[in-house]
Amino acid sequence: MAAPTMDRRVAVKTLLDARDGALVVTGLGSPSYDVHAAGDRDDNYYLWGAMGGAALVGLGIAQAQPEKRVMVITGDGEQLMAFGALATIAVAKPKNLDVIVLDNQHFGETGMQASHTGRGIAFDQIAVACGFTETAELRTLAQVDRLCDSLRQPSAGPRLFVLKVAAENLPRSLPPRDAVHVKNRFRRHLGFEPC
Amino acid sequence: MSVDWPVALYETLKAAGISHISYVPDAGHATLIELFNADPEVVTNVLTTEEEGVAIAAGSWLGGKRSVLLMQSSGVGNCINMLSLPVQARFPFLTLVTMRGEWAEFNPWQVPMGQATQAALEAIGVTVLRAETGADLVETVAQAATMAFEADQQIAVLIGQRLLGKKKW
Repeated sequence: MAAPTMDRRVAVKTLLDARDGALVVTGLGSPSYDVHAAGDRDDNYYLWGAMGGAALVGLGIAQAQPEKRVMVITGDGEQLMAFGALATIAVAKPKNLDVIVLDNQHFGETGMQASHTGRGIAFDQIAVACGFTETAELRTLAQVDRLCDSLRQPSAGPRLFVLKVAAENLPRSLPPRDAVHVKNRFRRHLGFEPC
Repeated sequence: MSVDWPVALYETLKAAGISHISYVPDAGHATLIELFNADPEVVTNVLTTEEEGVAIAAGSWLGGKRSVLLMQSSGVGNCINMLSLPVQARFPFLTLVTMRGEWAEFNPWQVPMGQATQAALEAIGVTVLRAETGADLVETVAQAATMAFEADQQIAVLIGQRLLGKKKW
């Protein structure tokens, strides 16, 4: 019998309802739709491309804004493209960066081909080996509820959580595609003017 | 200006408000990397591959900081898709690229990417500037920082291999 998985939209909505001022970066594809479906906000930065870049954009924000918490919400395919990023983030040791990998074990955007995570690669274990401060694999919404409580606690370094979600293509909820607009409104939220 | 250009470059970048850098290890950038790593006002990141630094620099700007990426010409090839991020979002982007595969190169494997570096950067939409002397490099980087961070441009400054000197082998 397959191990249990959760509804990705409910899981993301639960996380975002408890974001508590966190700045959010999304990886391209379904994680961007999931975050947008929970409510479009100025303090969301959605990536529509630059595959492999989400957690690293999050690192840059976290380093520039050490007093704010940064939450990266991305997919297993997007994070697989940036394996080394976990080493770079672990060495950088940001205390305010949480990486959430929505892991459906498939490349959902391109026809649901099985991904590496469905074949034994466990991001939480990789993050442990790299030196992340806290990691876990979650399979139920009850676990996500508990995660929301622990995310409010201060951390000594980066954290990574894998949420095993059902492999399904939900109706798309499309964020703005104008990257300049999204950049400027995000910066305005932090009090910075455009160029 | 002779061998002291890395120090002048460090001072120029500091004067331009740079408080964040990412780098891959590189002999040509070694002094600059040491100076930044020793500077408590600057956050530094060592990368596993160059394109990571493109994404980190975008995040840094989103958070209100000015970042510079240090790499070698061979790393430019790794960055092409990720450069669509600063190009499409008009993130200020400044990278200093030490050249291989040209002046007095001894390793033929460095030549294809070295020769393709400028064309590859221009193909993705990055503006390319070159410097062949220390004095020219410092002046070029100073104005490139203005173009990048005050005019939202994506700029690579190529540091000619002649300036770096023949690699000791």
